[in-house]
Amino acid sequence: MLLAGQACLIVAFCCALYGIAASLYGAKAHRREFVASGRRAMYALAGATTIAFVTLELAFVRSDFDFATVASHSSTTTPLFYRLTAMWSSQEGSLLLWLFLLGGWSTLILYLTRHRLRVLAPYAQAVLLGFGAFFSGLLVFAETPFAKSPMPVAEGAGLNPLLRDPGMMIHPPMLYSGYTLFAIPFAFAVAALITRRLDAEWIRSTRPFTLAAWCALGFGIVLGARWSYHELDWGGYWMWDPVENASLMPWLTATAFLHSVMIQERRGMLRIWNVSLVLATGVLAILGTFLVRSGVLNSIHAFGASTLGVPFLLLIAAMIGGSIALVASRADSLRSENRIDSLLSREAIFLLNNLLLVALCFVVFWGTFFPLIAEAVTGVQRNIGPPVYEQFVVPLALLLVLATGIGPVIAWRRATASNLKRNLTKPALAGLAVCAVLIALGVTQSFTALLMFTLAAFVVAGVVQELFRGVRARRATSRESAPVALVSLVRRNRRRYGGYIVHVGIVTLFVGVAASSSFKHVQDVALRPGQSAKVGDYTFTYVKPTAQLHPAANGRLERIAFGAQLRVERNGKKTLLNTSKDYFPSQDGSLGPVSRFFDGETTTEVALKASLHNDVWAAVAPDIVKLRDRIEEGDKLFDKAADDLTPEQSEEFLALALRGLTGRYAENPPPARFRLEVNPMVTWIWLGGLIVLIGGIIAGWPSRRGATRTVKARYAARVGTEVRERVPV
Amino acid sequence: MDPSRKRTIRFVVALSAAVLLAGALAYTSFSASTEARQPSELAAAQPTPGKKYQLVGKVVPGYTQKGDTTYFSVRDRNGKASVPVTYSGSLPDPFRADREIVVDVVKQGNVYVGQKGSLVTKCPSKFTADKTNT
Repeated sequence: MLLAGQACLIVAFCCALYGIAASLYGAKAHRREFVASGRRAMYALAGATTIAFVTLELAFVRSDFDFATVASHSSTTTPLFYRLTAMWSSQEGSLLLWLFLLGGWSTLILYLTRHRLRVLAPYAQAVLLGFGAFFSGLLVFAETPFAKSPMPVAEGAGLNPLLRDPGMMIHPPMLYSGYTLFAIPFAFAVAALITRRLDAEWIRSTRPFTLAAWCALGFGIVLGARWSYHELDWGGYWMWDPVENASLMPWLTATAFLHSVMIQERRGMLRIWNVSLVLATGVLAILGTFLVRSGVLNSIHAFGASTLGVPFLLLIAAMIGGSIALVASRADSLRSENRIDSLLSREAIFLLNNLLLVALCFVVFWGTFFPLIAEAVTGVQRNIGPPVYEQFVVPLALLLVLATGIGPVIAWRRATASNLKRNLTKPALAGLAVCAVLIALGVTQSFTALLMFTLAAFVVAGVVQELFRGVRARRATSRESAPVALVSLVRRNRRRYGGYIVHVGIVTLFVGVAASSSFKHVQDVALRPGQSAKVGDYTFTYVKPTAQLHPAANGRLERIAFGAQLRVERNGKKTLLNTSKDYFPSQDGSLGPVSRFFDGETTTEVALKASLHNDVWAAVAPDIVKLRDRIEEGDKLFDKAADDLTPEQSEEFLALALRGLTGRYAENPPPARFRLEVNPMVTWIWLGGLIVLIGGIIAGWPSRRGATRTVKARYAARVGTEVRERVPV
Repeated sequence: MDPSRKRTIRFVVALSAAVLLAGALAYTSFSASTEARQPSELAAAQPTPGKKYQLVGKVVPGYTQKGDTTYFSVRDRNGKASVPVTYSGSLPDPFRADREIVVDVVKQGNVYVGQKGSLVTKCPSKFTADKTNT
């Protein structure tokens, strides 16, 4: 199996090299059969990678510790669901996931465009195969996931407990899908530049993939934030870590592109800008992968020891150098057909939106790389914290929301006073009304939050107004009921109305961020059973300690949980919540048989009661110091009796000892430390993320018009082939 | 107004805004940033008491806890020089001996006092053994 997996990777690497050569030769010599062969090389790469991927997954499922990767990232006590996800917790497994997704998405785009974009396709597939060659090369020559364990392994190290979360199944594949999908518009942009076919056709053909990448990356980012919030014991969802920032940057530039591309399609403007945004997004997607694997910056997400920094740096340098050279040499073909007529126009607002998004990206980029910039300037590495980011990101985000409210309702080319009055009066009044109500309710502690709520209401009111007008117009020409008219309206112009839904999702998310960061209540306290602490309007009471042994599916002990039951009261309403700290056994052979259960990894199981209004959040840090004497005593007893006990007896007595320890903790608990939080409207962030995803799917869903275009393209291709066959060249 | 003149004015205004933003960002970053130091650098540099540093390094085995406070030493990533640190508050779940941490510290006497809530431990998803150093 090891050999088969490795062979598949070698095949994938060879296919990539062959495909690049065939595609480029085919394009140069006008030999279509070579171009088709290059395309099939991508299919073969995807097939070989899929076999390698499945082989490694099966090894994880079977706990085949002959695979060094499996031995170091899984164990027999790791639940099956998490064994399936353990692959991408390793450097080599995550690279294989990258290649697997890249192969799959590239195959799909090349298959769908096989009858279209014939001039561009060979170069685009060469670029995609270039990425394939890079990643398969890394897997073959630097980080193979099919290395054999140096010695027989009876039990693996196990998946890190912090990663035993359902998010592990979705969050990394979503992020990687985003990154790999961004390779597609990048490849077609490069091809368009090489061939000077710089009209909007390549943009239209790759748009569903750009949108899919944007949705996947955005959803992946939100999932990561959610995971951090409910799994880690710090109660936050974003900490401006370099790796988090690295995922945000391509998302921001892609958001800018998705807006500005409308101006190119409609008015033939901003060609240099659009192509630059696509190229920058592709580079930033690879930069994210580089940051995780290079160790160049101090990130809590970075791989511990990686030697992949240099190859990634070379790839990024090639991408940046090639992109700049291509754009500079094609500047004459990238000239705009038109110019902005007025600053009061949709084009101008979209451009402002683009500038704000790029400014946001620049702030994030600057903050991420500031340690290196500071070192270059002052000779000392320096870091900036969240307050610096927030000082710049908050005003830019507020302006962005304002532009989001104006952009969709203002006229193209030049807005008149009557157009502005007609489209902006009601949304502005709605925003001001919300602001007045909030001031009356006493929500005045944070000016920026108040401004965000006001602007959010302005945006939502604008979208409602557009939908209302659209439904009214439809009903005037048909006899549809309002809900049917609404659905028909959205179906007939998915891109427009999907975009509006995305806007509603984004402002919902921003409202959640503004509320939760401005009105959060936190307390770190030590409590004995029966004692209480007040956090905001809520009273938390430590009711009783909990202690439990959790066996795995194979009967062996997976973890020990020490926790607390809390009673939360507000206005006479009571809720019981449970939080615990889970202790996973260590594989360190130098530890005693009892102490190894207390000196391994720990995870906090957060108590969370979420609602649209408030999240009540609690995490416990139990004090097990008083158990230490008993644990050491147990180690000594087991050491003394080691020769007299059979393995079965040893297991039995160990279980008894651990039961005794948990019982002792529950009967006589020391004070436990708690972090107690009341976080307003955090649920709005997750809800906003979901609305954005739904809106993105609606906007990217293939329309009937698109299908017609595909049919026409197929017909044109068939006619072209027939003509070529009949007319001798 | 002449359209080309109008465009020039717009361009100058946009460029000025960009330069202003970049200047403000650079100024704020340098004035609000914290020096990142490894233990050996802190030990050699005689740090100013009361000044905040970002300490980066690995936790030395043998740390102790008393109530809310943890007493530990931090050593260089690839070296043995270490400095003593006290930290009050909850520790992140992955905090362990030999794990890499980042913590904001202030020197008080001979000890570096960690700033509450500033301690982060490297993501354990990626803590496979250091192939280059072990």
